[in-house]
Amino acid sequence: MAEFKLMKGNEAMAEAAILAGCDAYFGYPITPQSEVLEYLAREMPKHNRIVMQAESEVASINMVYGAAGAGFRTMTSSSSPGISLMQEGISYIAGAELPCLIVNVNRAGPGLGTIQPGQGDYFQSVKGGGHGDYKMIVLAPASVQEMADFVYLGFDLADKYRNPVLMLSDGAIGQMMEKVEFKPYTRPVVDKSTWATTGKPKSRGRNYITSLFIQPERMEVHNLKLEEKFKQIRENEVRFEEINTSDAEYLFVAYGLSARICQKAMDIAREKGINIGLLRPITLYPYPYQRLHELASQVKMMLSVELNSGQMVEDVRLGVNGKVPVEFYGRMGGMMPTPEEIVHHLETLIQYHHVN
Amino acid sequence: MSTEQHILPGPAPVLNLPPCHAEEEYEMVYHKPSTMVDTTMHYCPGCAHSLVHKLIMEVVEELGIQETTIGVAPVGCSVFAYDYMDIDMQEAAHGRACAVATGIKRLMPDKYVFTYQGDGDLAAIGIAETLHAINRGENICIVFMNNAVYGMTSGQMAPTTLPGMHTTTSPDGRDVSYYGAPIKVAELMANLPGAFYVTRQAVNSANAVRRTKKALLNAFKYQPLHKGTCLVEIIGNCPSNWKMTPVEASKFIDEEMLKTFPLGDIKIPAAQDIKMVEPTKQEV
Repeated sequence: MAEFKLMKGNEAMAEAAILAGCDAYFGYPITPQSEVLEYLAREMPKHNRIVMQAESEVASINMVYGAAGAGFRTMTSSSSPGISLMQEGISYIAGAELPCLIVNVNRAGPGLGTIQPGQGDYFQSVKGGGHGDYKMIVLAPASVQEMADFVYLGFDLADKYRNPVLMLSDGAIGQMMEKVEFKPYTRPVVDKSTWATTGKPKSRGRNYITSLFIQPERMEVHNLKLEEKFKQIRENEVRFEEINTSDAEYLFVAYGLSARICQKAMDIAREKGINIGLLRPITLYPYPYQRLHELASQVKMMLSVELNSGQMVEDVRLGVNGKVPVEFYGRMGGMMPTPEEIVHHLETLIQYHHVN
Repeated sequence: MSTEQHILPGPAPVLNLPPCHAEEEYEMVYHKPSTMVDTTMHYCPGCAHSLVHKLIMEVVEELGIQETTIGVAPVGCSVFAYDYMDIDMQEAAHGRACAVATGIKRLMPDKYVFTYQGDGDLAAIGIAETLHAINRGENICIVFMNNAVYGMTSGQMAPTTLPGMHTTTSPDGRDVSYYGAPIKVAELMANLPGAFYVTRQAVNSANAVRRTKKALLNAFKYQPLHKGTCLVEIIGNCPSNWKMTPVEASKFIDEEMLKTFPLGDIKIPAAQDIKMVEPTKQEV
C-alpha cells in the first residue's frame, strides 16, 4: 500500500530533489518559496549534498551553470522577480546545453507585485525569457503530488536533452498542503564524460562549456543543432491531461492552479447540463497544439482560464487555428476566480455565441 | 564539445629552414608548456594576456595538475582563453566567473579551480559575485587582469581607469568627481577574512614576469590547503587601447599605473598555515 505524507508543495519538491539524487541546490530566499532553501539547508548536508544560499539569484543560476557544467545533477528555485534575474543565466545554460532543473513558484507581477499566486510568467517561461533562440521544457504541476513527481521527470528530461527544464508552479500549489507519495525512482544512466568539465585526462581532448560561437557560420550551425533538439522535444514530450472530453461540447483549457479551479467549475456546469470538458496542458513547452486542433472539430467553444491577462490563450488559438471561438477568462494580482464565477462567465459566453 | 578553434587560422606555419647547428649542441633552457594548445593567438602585439596564459599553464605543467584543473574564462578579450589552455574549461557569463567557479569547486573540492577575469568583468559587473566568493573563502584562485580599460569593446572606461586617463567613454579624462576613483581590487578584497593570499603583480619586465609566475605558483599550491581564496591581480599591458607601442605601454605601467596600483603582496598566509606545501620539482 502506498505511503502518503501530508506536505507543502515546496517541501515535497525539496524532498523529491533529494530522492532524485540532486547533487547541489543553489538558491536565494524569496516568498512564496523560501521553504525550499530552508528544507534543503536542513536536509541536504545529511546526504552529503551541496546546498548554498547565494548572494543573489544571478549568482545562484551561475553556480548551477558551473555545477551542471561539471556534470552534476543541479537545481535552483525562486519566484517571479528572482526568475527574472536568472534569465541571463538561463539563456547561457540553454546555449551551452547544460541539464538542470529550475523551479518558478509564480507570484503576481509585474515588478515586485505581490506574494500571492499568479500565472503571469507564462510568456517568460515558454516564449524565451532570456535572449536568443532557445526553449526550455516547461512542466506545470497542478498538485503537491505533481510538484514531487515533476522533479524526477524534470531532471530526467534535462539529462536526456541536455537542456534546462523549468517547473512552473505557483504560490498556491507551492504553499498548500496535500497528501503526497514519493514513488520509487530509478535514475537513468547518462554518460556526461564527453562534455563535463571534470579535469582533462591524457586519454581525451579538453572539454569546454561555452555558448560563444563568434563566427556566424558556426553560430548558425549551433542554432540549427539546438532547433533540431527542440523539434525532437516537440515530437516526443507533449504531455497533457483530459477530463470529460469524450462527450464535451465545450472545453476549459487551463494549467496548474487554474486547472484545479476549472475542475470544480466543470462539475458545477455539468450539473447545470452544460457538457464541458477540461484539457490541462502538463507541458507548456512543448504545447499540446495537435490535441487542441483535434478537439476543435468536436467542441463549439473553448475557454482558457488563467491567473493573468490572457497569455496561454494565444497558444490555444494557435492550436485551434480559427476553427471555433476561443475565449479567455482570468483574474490577476494574486486574486483567484471562484468556480461559480467561471461558470457564470461560461454561461454568458455560450449565450453570446448561440445568439450570434 | 570538440576542441576545434573558434576564430583562429590554425597552427603556426612550420618553416622548413635548415638548422644552423645540430640540436644536440644546445641545452634546452626554455620551452612552451605542454599544457598550452599549439596555435596562433588572437591577442594584440604587446598584450599581457598571452603571457599570463602561458604563466598559468606553466604552473599547471610544473605542478602536474593538468588532469585536475578546471578554468573559468570571462567575457572580455580573454573570452577565448579555452582555445589556448589545454585543460577543461567553462566560459562564464560576463562577471559571473566566481559564481560558476563556486559551483564547480563545491562539487569537486579536490580539483584545482581558477577564474581568469578582466577589470570590467571582475570589478564592475561581477564585483558582487567576486566579493561574496572571496568572503565565503572559496578555495579557488582568481587571476585578475587589470589593464584599466575595457579591451574587447575597444577601450572604454573601466572601474580601474586611472584619474584623468583618456578612454573612449571618458574622452576628457576620468573625472573622479563624476565617476569616483579607480577601485583598488586587491586592497579591497584583502580585507575579507576569506581571502588567504592577495597580491598585485605586473608583467611589463622580465623581473616582473618572474615575480608574477612565483605568485601564481603559490596561489595554486595553496589551493589544496582549503584555507581560502587566492587573488592574484596582474597589471596588464594594453597597447592597442592605450594607443601606445608595446614599449611605451610597459613604460606607462611603471610611470603611471603603479602610482595608483602599487605592486607587492597585500595579504600573505601565516607561516604555520602553509608549512604543508610541498616544493615543486623545479624548486628542488
